[in-house]
Amino acid sequence: MRRAILVGLSVVMLSGCAHLVPDVKPYEREMLADPIMSFSRDPVSDQYLDHVYDVREGARGATTSQGGGCGCN
Amino acid sequence: MAATDRQARPATAASRRRTLRRSASGLVLLLSLTMARAAVLPGDRTDLMYHYYDGGGVQVSGPAVLVRKSAGDNVSVSGRYYVDTVSSASIDVVTTASPYRDRREELGVGVDILNGNSLASLSVIKSTESDYLADTFGLNVTHDLFGGLTTLEMGFSNGKDTVERVHTTFQQGINRYNFRLGVSQVLTRSLLAGVSFEDVAEDGYLNNPYRFARVSGVYFPEIYPGTRDSQALALRLVKGFSSGGRPVSSSVRADYRYYRDNWDIRSNTLGLAYQRYFGDRWLGELHYRYYQQNAASFYSDNFATEMTYMARDKELSTFHSHSLGVKWTWYFAKQRFLFINQASLNLSHDYILFNYDDFTDVRTGQPYSFGANVLQLYLSAWY
Repeated sequence: MRRAILVGLSVVMLSGCAHLVPDVKPYEREMLADPIMSFSRDPVSDQYLDHVYDVREGARGATTSQGGGCGCN
Repeated sequence: MAATDRQARPATAASRRRTLRRSASGLVLLLSLTMARAAVLPGDRTDLMYHYYDGGGVQVSGPAVLVRKSAGDNVSVSGRYYVDTVSSASIDVVTTASPYRDRREELGVGVDILNGNSLASLSVIKSTESDYLADTFGLNVTHDLFGGLTTLEMGFSNGKDTVERVHTTFQQGINRYNFRLGVSQVLTRSLLAGVSFEDVAEDGYLNNPYRFARVSGVYFPEIYPGTRDSQALALRLVKGFSSGGRPVSSSVRADYRYYRDNWDIRSNTLGLAYQRYFGDRWLGELHYRYYQQNAASFYSDNFATEMTYMARDKELSTFHSHSLGVKWTWYFAKQRFLFINQASLNLSHDYILFNYDDFTDVRTGQPYSFGANVLQLYLSAWY
């Protein structure tokens, strides 16, 4: 019974993963090229805003933009 | 500026340190933000920005300039200049010191080199202030896989700071090492995902030479540990939507970051943004951000007795914040004019509300909170 459940779960998981494998052709990437599909549309602006938070918070790192900011507090 | 004024600067060193540890990645990451796309050089562009912050008795403003230009098919060079003019009468200042003014200048140069599916970025950044100096070197590499559907990123930077105290001979150093790993993945023709991890290790004088801790109501200089090691893991998604014949007319962006460090700070950050085109020339954005953290192990609003390490920096306390912002972009030039291919004017406003759980406003005896307005006006041109 346990083996059947494992096999069943494996089939479900693998078939699910099959749908997750990306297959986006180059000619299908028009949307992805638009600026609003970017993690950071305006580097200078996002860098500044990230830094406004950074100087006032304990956390740091793993942001979309890094560097710059203000010597404010 | 009078010496008494300069001795009353409780908040700048830590914030400068944060400024510079970010700069550790600095221009490199700024210039490699296209990692979600196939390996290409970042586009030629210039941004001129004026920024303004007003909150908690602090005003910060100044210009920022970024210029990027390719040199041939495989090399792109860039320069960045940033100025902060600070006028501070923050809660720390008004309770333990006196207001001050200062100015920070940051100059960065970088070069990106494209080789096949890989993009290497080098940067050098120098920041100067009256009592804080920093030099940072950074290297970042991105590599595209699977026909550009997957992008890997690795980065390293090293910063060396010098902490001073004005009108004294005080001088201490900080070494900083940033290690970054990231993956971005095209999931569908309208869905993009990203995961990034960053470890930051610091050693040296991590204190703020101007700030004080409270011990039974009496102020003593803060004492911080000499090392700090942190890890941050962020997940991001961008989903696009089509309508009206446009390939993409709007998008939703969501991100989450978990953070931990060996000072026992844990934090969660959640961000949501909605962007939408209005006609051919206007783009609007609405975004929200929530941030929450617990206090560092050596933080106390008012220590009962002297400890080995003591901090009363509100950035190390338990607090949360909400931020709501809008941004408008006007593409006033969408056709080639002289050497410019496109240009936009951008205006954004964010309001941030900070609520501190265990940082008391000693003037009222109540938990401290404040709101801040953040304005950005900038001109962008692509050529």
